[in-house]
Amino acid sequence: MSGALLHWQAIWLTLKLAAVTTAVLLVLATPLAWWLARTSSRLKQPVAALCALPLVLPPTVLGFYLLVLMGPQGPVGQFTQWLGIGTLPFTFAGLVVASTIYSLPFALQPLQTAFEGLGERPLEVAATLRAGPWDRAVHVVLPLARNGILSAAVLAFAHTIGEFGVVLMIGGNIPGATQVLSVAIFNHVEAMEYIEAHWLAGGMVVFSFLVLLALYAFNQRGARIGVGTGGAGHD
Amino acid sequence: MTEGIHARLQLAWPGFRLAVDLDLPATGVTAIFGHSGSGKTSLLRCIAGLARAPGGLVRFQGESWQEGNHFVPTHRRPIGYVFQEASLFPHLSARGNLDFARRRADRGRPAIDLDQAVDLLGIRHLLDRLPAQLSGGERQRVAIARALLINPRLLLMDEPLAALDQARKGEILPYLENLRRELALPILYVSHSAEEVARLGDHLVAMAEGQVLASGPLGETLSRLDFPIKLGEDTGVVVEATITARDATWHLAEASFAGGALWLRDTGHALGERVRVRVLARDISLALSRHDDSSIVNVLPARVLEIAEDAAEGLALVRLAVGDTALVARLTRRSAHLLELAPGKAVWAQIKSVAVIQ
Repeated sequence: MSGALLHWQAIWLTLKLAAVTTAVLLVLATPLAWWLARTSSRLKQPVAALCALPLVLPPTVLGFYLLVLMGPQGPVGQFTQWLGIGTLPFTFAGLVVASTIYSLPFALQPLQTAFEGLGERPLEVAATLRAGPWDRAVHVVLPLARNGILSAAVLAFAHTIGEFGVVLMIGGNIPGATQVLSVAIFNHVEAMEYIEAHWLAGGMVVFSFLVLLALYAFNQRGARIGVGTGGAGHD
Repeated sequence: MTEGIHARLQLAWPGFRLAVDLDLPATGVTAIFGHSGSGKTSLLRCIAGLARAPGGLVRFQGESWQEGNHFVPTHRRPIGYVFQEASLFPHLSARGNLDFARRRADRGRPAIDLDQAVDLLGIRHLLDRLPAQLSGGERQRVAIARALLINPRLLLMDEPLAALDQARKGEILPYLENLRRELALPILYVSHSAEEVARLGDHLVAMAEGQVLASGPLGETLSRLDFPIKLGEDTGVVVEATITARDATWHLAEASFAGGALWLRDTGHALGERVRVRVLARDISLALSRHDDSSIVNVLPARVLEIAEDAAEGLALVRLAVGDTALVARLTRRSAHLLELAPGKAVWAQIKSVAVIQ
């Protein structure tokens, strides 16, 4: 296989992983953030702390435990085998599971901030205008939390692209299956192929910068019309 | 009263209690009056379903909104609600906010249409602006129009003017009077302003410390000397009258009420028009004989009904009957003593000034 093809495979795999992870995270983290923003349950602090763990744990620790859990002897591994889908490590699905957990705080935090910033009032107003719970969620909460949702998506996407340790632990380094960009760069450096490493690493620097620039520009525009990241200005 | 509003509610939060058992008419404007912390907003929120008083009872025109475990959520109650501060959705233009209500309006009954609501509140020129581009008063007018467009059977207004300065209040009050005049929509209007209550109310509920202290027709309730909320300088009554004559020479208009007539400065009211006149207790003085040598235009024969001490030291409140209408005068106790005022005594009420409030 030529080096260029390998590069494109790694780039494609990375983008695919980031996109799938972001989609999964938006679906999972939105209700979780909503719950965290509004609950007065005693479980709130433990759940919030648990969800923030990936921020502080070394990726290798996270990857190690995921590997143990999802491996043939682990409870998750036993379950997936019982389902007949084999084990998750060293597969794309395994990478998605690991990235979802690894990037969870990055999606959760902006969503939670946005939902907390909404306050009770817009929901009460919508209820007095005959909007039921789903109607309120779709036509009031989501538009008002729009910037928070966008931030969550961008951060989750970008953070997944930059993932290295967890992937290495759980996905190994299989070209075309689990070898993502960061791992490919690592391989090049190991092999003293600095030119190739430069192409990929430099590309990531530019890409990350552009993503963040777009995010800030978007938030700036949102702030001007009174819909901030935190849904501020709802008076 | 199956046709009215019935609310029996009890709430006990730390530092706050609400205990009411109220029958209210489902017509006209019911002003719920009290100082802040009196529980009037909590009462309104319970009627809207925004707050829940366990074990409470809310019925509207025979429909049960809350009873036992039965609780109709806010979005299924046929209400409109205007919040104290403008509550427009910031991501929608004024028109978008109105459309939000129109799309969800009750179509089972004849509805107010967009043009009518827009004209009633005078907001046509504001429709394409975002809430952030509107003044506080303008936002509140859009919010009121939005509450009307949901086509409610009951409109709840929680101090809609309280967050506005005096000038903005003056800007909105005429629109509220329009609503009262032109729509057959029962309104519960929470306020701590005696002026707003006098201008808008038909029925008055006075609240303090979570309890209802008085509830009755506005004119009658305001003239009670034991009116439980001390109004001080604002003590006074409201008289419904009809314009019966106009004097072009002196620019005066005559407003007749049950039992008499008052001359007012002519502000362009048509003959036969209904007006609401506010007479403050401090503007009435009493005399035992009729004086024609003073500048006071309105001097009416009256009979003393009742005398009570005012909250302010040295002052007394005197309830008077002028025909079938009750007025209240505020004078010094010394004057009351010197004039030997007592129930049944005939006096002349000299009314220094009257204000047409509608």
